[in-house]
Amino acid sequence: MLGDKDRIFTNLYGVHDWRLAGARARGAWDNTKALIERGHDAIIDEMKKSGLRGRGGAGFPTGMKWSFMPKEVKDRPHYLVVNADESEPGTCKDRDIMRHDPHLLVEGCLIAGFAMRAHAGYIYVRGEFYNEAQNLIAAIKEAYDAGLLGKNACGSGWDFDLYVHRGAGAYICGEETALLESLEGKKGMPRLKPPFPAGAGLYGCPTTVNNVESIAVAPTILRRGAAWFAGIGRPNNTGTKLFCISGHVNKPCNVEEEMGIPLKELIDRHCGGVRGGWDNLLAVIPGGASVPLLPKSICDTVLMDFDSLRDQKSGLGTAAVIVMDKSTDVVKAIARLSYFYKHESCGQCTPCREGTGWMWRVMERMVTGNARLEEIDALEDVTKQVEGHTICALGDAAAWPIQGLIRHFRPEMERRIRARTEKLAAE
Amino acid sequence: MAMITADPKDVPQVAHFAFTPEYMAKVQELIAHYPPGRQASAVIGVLDLAQRQQGWLPRVAMNEVARLLDMAPIRVYEIATFYTMFQLKPKGKYLLQVCTTTPCWLRGSEAVMKACQHAADGETFSVQEVECLGGCVNAPVVQINDDFYEDLDEASMNKVLDAFRRGETPKPGPQVDRQTSAPEGGLTTLKGE
Repeated sequence: MLGDKDRIFTNLYGVHDWRLAGARARGAWDNTKALIERGHDAIIDEMKKSGLRGRGGAGFPTGMKWSFMPKEVKDRPHYLVVNADESEPGTCKDRDIMRHDPHLLVEGCLIAGFAMRAHAGYIYVRGEFYNEAQNLIAAIKEAYDAGLLGKNACGSGWDFDLYVHRGAGAYICGEETALLESLEGKKGMPRLKPPFPAGAGLYGCPTTVNNVESIAVAPTILRRGAAWFAGIGRPNNTGTKLFCISGHVNKPCNVEEEMGIPLKELIDRHCGGVRGGWDNLLAVIPGGASVPLLPKSICDTVLMDFDSLRDQKSGLGTAAVIVMDKSTDVVKAIARLSYFYKHESCGQCTPCREGTGWMWRVMERMVTGNARLEEIDALEDVTKQVEGHTICALGDAAAWPIQGLIRHFRPEMERRIRARTEKLAAE
Repeated sequence: MAMITADPKDVPQVAHFAFTPEYMAKVQELIAHYPPGRQASAVIGVLDLAQRQQGWLPRVAMNEVARLLDMAPIRVYEIATFYTMFQLKPKGKYLLQVCTTTPCWLRGSEAVMKACQHAADGETFSVQEVECLGGCVNAPVVQINDDFYEDLDEASMNKVLDAFRRGETPKPGPQVDRQTSAPEGGLTTLKGE
């Protein structure tokens, strides 16, 4: 089990002062100048060695992402953009970072911005997080007033400006190129890649978009060393991770734990167990709404990291664990997610715009069993038609939960269809 | 994808919109966050300020935002209809945004929604179903204006609504005995030992 000495988010629950004085007492902003003086490439190298994989869902190595930025600033300025559009159902970790430990994020922005040779950064906060954005804005102001941001930030010789940009309600803006469109004042419709943001991002300039948690852990990794971070977890799945456990557990909560912690241990140790006991477990969505659910038999032993969950045809995603006990109407739970994706599709690509609505309508019929048995195959077929055929991953995200349901709960779907057919025949 | 028009039929006519000096200062501050010529980046923020001043977003306010940011009005209408937080019709004093996405639904958002629908009179309270608010470990969550009310059930929801009716502002956050997103009944980590 991870000890408190190895926890990065020591004010996760907001028990202590979130302002500059409190953050400093917890170790933030401690000789940041010395970290910057290591140089752009040494910082990126250390991040690579730490093995940190992006905490926004895709798990792309953060250090490698930073290294894609041009090595020289030419006619176009570089930008750091932080994705704080936290909207993946089940996920509420970045919210805690922003409201309870915003200085970890602010300091991370300076270091990441410097590493990628950016003089400006934008933090895109989902519009609903109004109070969280206010804390972040206050923290940024404190940092400016203390000389930690702005001209010659921390006395490092590097100029860095940081701004909060609030969204206004659109899940799709969590997709990095939609976020950039939104930041430019347009509808959040994803861009075709390539070009990738490191080549042409915000205002056509080299840009890197990172998740809040990925940026907020960077200063601690540099201070304590890549070897410390890499020594936690498992190979290729290193470090600590914020988990959000919601649904049918006795005590839902956020918690920072070691990557690769067994799912059962995570739930039993921190959440008081599954409601009604472990044997009352039906299924778990282990990484936010987009990833396929897992039945209890897999939950018994699965480890919570990128590779273990991928091996089970699911994913770590944002590490948002949604627990469902045996009282759950699992078809309805997934149908509600289908409605979510239908609601949030930006409408740009036909397979997603039409497919999300079609899949949702069929899922609603599956809830009551108002379907024919062969329609389960048709539904699965349509999910495959949507998956991989859209500009961004929202189409995939809409397809995967349904594929997971069919993979693990097909007998339940068939049972409902048969029951309804028999009932109609008897009447 | 929802079909929304920038010009709903049944809204009151608003003839004129201008930012007050206080709001105008905030508008200028937002525009200054972006490089010269990129003032369109401020559109979401400036529309939000217009909505805060007016209570909702009439067409004339969108036109004024377009003028201030040197944007074609249609580009501003696109923004106002794409993002769900923009209210294109007047609403009650308190907007109850009830999350009903799966994590909230699993913890009983249906009962919370019922309580809110019962209270909605269009003047004191308006109610809206919203997608995941991002407070899932404190489900069910209802956003009331800028604040999240969390760990609700039908009874505590009604308590919160009653407090608003009396003109009070009930304490946002968990409505059970709990420290923010920590497990109820005591910490399992960060115990300061």
